[in-house]
Amino acid sequence: MSELIVKPTIERGSDRAIFGEAGAVKIRVVDLNLYYGDFHALKGINLDIYANRITAVIGPSGCGKSTFLRCLNRMNDLIDNVRVEGQVLLDGVNIYDSSVDVVALRRRVGMVFQKPNPFPKSIFDNVAYGPRIHGIRDKRKLQEIVERALKDAGLWDEVKDRLYRSALDLSGGQQQRLCIARVLAVEPEVILLDEPASALDPTATLRLEDLLYELKSQYTIVIVTHNMQQAARISDFTAFFLNGELIEFGPTDKIFTRPDDPRTEAYITGRFG
Amino acid sequence: MATVVRKSFEEQLQELQDDLLRMGRFVEGAVAKAMRALINQDVNLANEVIQEDDIADDLDVEIFTKAMKLLALQQPMARDLRIIGTALKIVTDLERIGDHAVDIAKLARILSKHKFFKPLVDIPRLADLALSMVHNSIQAYINRDIELAIQVCREDDKVDDLYESLFDELVGYMERDPSLVEQATYLLFVAYFLERVADHATNMAEFVFFAETGRLEQLARSHRSRPEPTP
Repeated sequence: MSELIVKPTIERGSDRAIFGEAGAVKIRVVDLNLYYGDFHALKGINLDIYANRITAVIGPSGCGKSTFLRCLNRMNDLIDNVRVEGQVLLDGVNIYDSSVDVVALRRRVGMVFQKPNPFPKSIFDNVAYGPRIHGIRDKRKLQEIVERALKDAGLWDEVKDRLYRSALDLSGGQQQRLCIARVLAVEPEVILLDEPASALDPTATLRLEDLLYELKSQYTIVIVTHNMQQAARISDFTAFFLNGELIEFGPTDKIFTRPDDPRTEAYITGRFG
Repeated sequence: MATVVRKSFEEQLQELQDDLLRMGRFVEGAVAKAMRALINQDVNLANEVIQEDDIADDLDVEIFTKAMKLLALQQPMARDLRIIGTALKIVTDLERIGDHAVDIAKLARILSKHKFFKPLVDIPRLADLALSMVHNSIQAYINRDIELAIQVCREDDKVDDLYESLFDELVGYMERDPSLVEQATYLLFVAYFLERVADHATNMAEFVFFAETGRLEQLARSHRSRPEPTP
């Protein structure tokens, strides 16, 4: 059946007519396959993720989009019975190489999850957690890091007078921005977000989208979302997954106005079934 | 409630409006240039207007594409939606105004061959009125100025009146002296194209009114007792 697997229709990276000024490739995914036991969850994925751009991954439930995202910082290593084949090149270096330090990798490629998951600690300690783990003890230095991370996450003004209160007292939207601040505090290069707005109300969602738009000048962002409108609003590139395959990848305005694959069209127009 | 700015969307919306302003100023300038070519019997200037029409056509495509992209990607609602819908309407009116500038420039080339049988007075007046309507309708869109939009629509009545009196005057000349028929007919076409320019400005103003109020209304008198030539 392997001949039925549809290869992405794009010329990776080289097609300047489609990709325009896409810039540098930050992550290059090459022939990536992932198996949960016997289940073939990701099938021959080839994809470039561009630096300082927002790449959205969309597709129906169970299509492999979150699995794909977790491949980008080896979070799948934590799941039993997972086998990964192929390469994920971060700045040209395969992160699945045995010499790679996974802790250092996850510092470079940070992750924000679906449900805000602050630690049951103060706001300050949540953000200082990563830098402390990485050996920063100097109090003044930590204060600087926490302040900058909270400012970059657009949360500083709302919490600067209550840094030592519990993070659990914050609203859902604030907690999610705190989780982003926690990622920013360890100065990552790539931020992965797995449906970060699914537990947020519309206002907090748009606020988070504004934040991502601000952050992309400094970071490479990959966001998995089941909200197609969100992908359309904020991303520069969109990847559409279906049944573990990458069906189509391209600039977001192209994917949402003239997709090449009829399956992409069916999905984005709500006629999937 | 926390302030949401939707910065990316706001920037793109602003860009769309800037493009429309740019196109508006361009076609306004093209009609003005065509009129100068006509009045001064300047063939070179007329040719310039004809050659530059590609610029308006390119802007038309660019604005249409951007508006479609905003609709597809940003799910605009309420006023945002009306602003983009209005842009799609206005861009067509602007493109037509650009076409009429070319129409007038072509007539200017023909009319440059012979001395005018009388000095042009009312046609330049008609052009001034139509051009100020184009200018103000774009201004009203950019400044969200309903009063100005309504004023543009009222001006259209003056244009219609002037066009009708020009029509009667030129037909009168033709009846009295058949040797003037050719030149008077071409001048009548110029007047007609200017009247059409004013109509497009009125359409734009009505859509500015819609963008701001959500109400689509006929704001101009919109009836003419004189026949319209069909070129």
